[in-house]
Amino acid sequence: MTVTATEVSRASGPLFRTCPKTGLVYHKSAETLMKVNAVAAVVALLVGGVLALLVALTRWPAVHLLPADTFYQVLTAHGIDMLIIWVIFFEVAVLYFASSTLLRCRLATPRIAWLAFALMVLGAVINNVAILNGDSSVMMTSYVPMPANPNFYLGLILFAVGALLACFIFLGTLVIAKAERTYEGSIPLVTFGALTACIIAIFTIASGAIVLIPTWLWSIGYISDIDPLMYRLVWWALGHSSQQINVSAHVAIWYAIAAIVFGAKPLSEKVSRGAFLLYILFLQLASAHHLLVDPGVSSEWKIFNTSYAMYLAVLASMIHGLTVPGSIEVAQREKGFNKGLFEWIRKAPWSNPVFSGMFLSLIGFGFLGGISGVVMGTEQINLIIHNTMYVPGHFHATVVVGTTLAFMAITYFLVPTLFKRELILPSWAKWQPYVFGISMSVVSLALMGAGTLGVSRRHWDMAFTDAAIGYDYSASAYMLMGVGSFAGVVAVIGGAMFVVVVVGSLLFGKRVDAPAHSAERPPMLRRAEPGKADHSGLGVAGFSAPGTFVFALTFLTIFVVYYFLNWKYLASVWPMS
Amino acid sequence: MSTLSPPAQKVWWKQPVDRVEVVWIAIALTWSIIMFIMMPLWHVYGKQNLSNEAYRTTPEAYMEKTEAMVADYQVRTETDMAIPVVQPPPGSDVYMFGRLWQWYPILELKKGETYRLHLSSLDWQHGFSLQPQNINLQVIPGYDMVVTITPDTSGEFTVVCNEYCGIGHHEMVGKIHVVE
Repeated sequence: MTVTATEVSRASGPLFRTCPKTGLVYHKSAETLMKVNAVAAVVALLVGGVLALLVALTRWPAVHLLPADTFYQVLTAHGIDMLIIWVIFFEVAVLYFASSTLLRCRLATPRIAWLAFALMVLGAVINNVAILNGDSSVMMTSYVPMPANPNFYLGLILFAVGALLACFIFLGTLVIAKAERTYEGSIPLVTFGALTACIIAIFTIASGAIVLIPTWLWSIGYISDIDPLMYRLVWWALGHSSQQINVSAHVAIWYAIAAIVFGAKPLSEKVSRGAFLLYILFLQLASAHHLLVDPGVSSEWKIFNTSYAMYLAVLASMIHGLTVPGSIEVAQREKGFNKGLFEWIRKAPWSNPVFSGMFLSLIGFGFLGGISGVVMGTEQINLIIHNTMYVPGHFHATVVVGTTLAFMAITYFLVPTLFKRELILPSWAKWQPYVFGISMSVVSLALMGAGTLGVSRRHWDMAFTDAAIGYDYSASAYMLMGVGSFAGVVAVIGGAMFVVVVVGSLLFGKRVDAPAHSAERPPMLRRAEPGKADHSGLGVAGFSAPGTFVFALTFLTIFVVYYFLNWKYLASVWPMS
Repeated sequence: MSTLSPPAQKVWWKQPVDRVEVVWIAIALTWSIIMFIMMPLWHVYGKQNLSNEAYRTTPEAYMEKTEAMVADYQVRTETDMAIPVVQPPPGSDVYMFGRLWQWYPILELKKGETYRLHLSSLDWQHGFSLQPQNINLQVIPGYDMVVTITPDTSGEFTVVCNEYCGIGHHEMVGKIHVVE
């Protein structure tokens, strides 16, 4: 039997399938890569969660579970596995989804994507083994000149190289989509957000290379010494900017979920995209936040670099904080939930974990993470916050309530469409965002409170039992550490519920019927239907989203009051100049 | 699913901006600028600012200066480890260092007087966390940081290390006495 040339090229060409329920298009190679990256992420989350339990049970003064050396070891691994491994594996899946799936395009160079995945797995394992060996309990920041095993840095470098390859595959996929005209007009807003994340990631990984490669060479003896202040400056261009990858990624997911659950349209593309652009322009040098009480950097440098004169990145988050719920509000009002200020939110699907996870993520990120981040990033206020428990309090609101919960929410959506499995234990899924989001918010608030009372972060024994000189923290500080640790244990349970539901669904969930992959090229992704030109007739007093505006003003009031309270607290400490 | 589709307008830049967005952006930008202005303003009117005074140093040179101060102004020792307690004259240069895992020496300062407090580390990075004041400074080897402080409350103050510095980190505690 003879085969024609076209048939051959068809057989070897990219294979696609269209999800009948969502209309999303999956390129076969991209689909598998998204799955493996997401699964690796969940494995890291599982490991990091067990470590989190040990951290919480040790910092709980009444329990004080682990001995000191194990505690520092576990804390190092918890930071790396959560903040780097879990988050970045998931982000790689998000990048592939936002390019290949959303643009209905084949993924660029799937083989290199497998290489990227292999490097990331290898790097994660090498780094974790180094920590497990006990000679690399240096915390995630690994400040020189405290040495770690060379493999600690090598693992991170390999992981970063893999992540960098994934970024370029994302960009390559955008190029292919453009060249092969798989979509009409401009890329969708969610892809735009992912592009923001990718650009920041490249800057971040470059900074990581600049700091970690010399540190690795130093650890094996090729470089005699590394200036510790220079290390801090460059390391934080990695350490903090990488959090801006997370912000861009989870904001993109908020927008995606607003569209998936409500069919929401952005209030205006210009504002939402402009706000993403501000992230690229003003977030990536955020290392200044960590150097506000360091010697050798001037106040002028600190003030400018912590704010870029007008906090345009903060402005960007405040914009997304309005436009995401605002677009949901308009969509709900268009559906008829137009009564009063808040009917739209009362009638939201609160039992759908995709929505509830996303909305708790938005509230927690803004009210807890956002406000605390700006306050502690103020040059002088940092004096009363630097390296206290306030810092983990802050980033458990941003990275855990914000990023992690948003990733969990989108996972509930992805399991049926990407993994073709129905969710098992739907009632667990329904409660999980509340258990996790609320308990983690309590963790965050309690740790911020303890930090305000002076409790040190990364510290095994706040009672100073074995120290030559003792110190008694106040009873409230002990109480807050107890509350934070207890809530931490509940949050671990909430995380475990997520892992059980997701892993259980992948293994035992009912298969969702989906058409097989075929070589047929999916239809071009068309522009969105033009909505109503204006939203007049909706809302109150010419405001299409008045309820959201009231939320925003409430947020601003809390922000202003809390900001000036901290100045007042600062004014009470010893004068310094 | 329009955030998942290309924008409806061919040139999305031309889509009109919603009124609620314009008002919010104006409010948020104003607040952002106020927050920026607060920092330089506090340098002019506030009393808690860092001096920006710092010098390169070496562990040896810094230790020598500290020991010279201890030799001149030691009044007694405290704790089983006989850590010297130093009472330097008001207005003078006061040296303190962190090392694995100790703050050295113990200082005795006079309330209301001003001192030029020098901080450095002899080995790894440490964190100077003065409790219960809750003043926190990063202490970096090779850098001599000068903070001009005026203790305005008397009593016993504790210096906790709040930058992780290895297995003895949680035992690294120092003291500053402030007397009337």
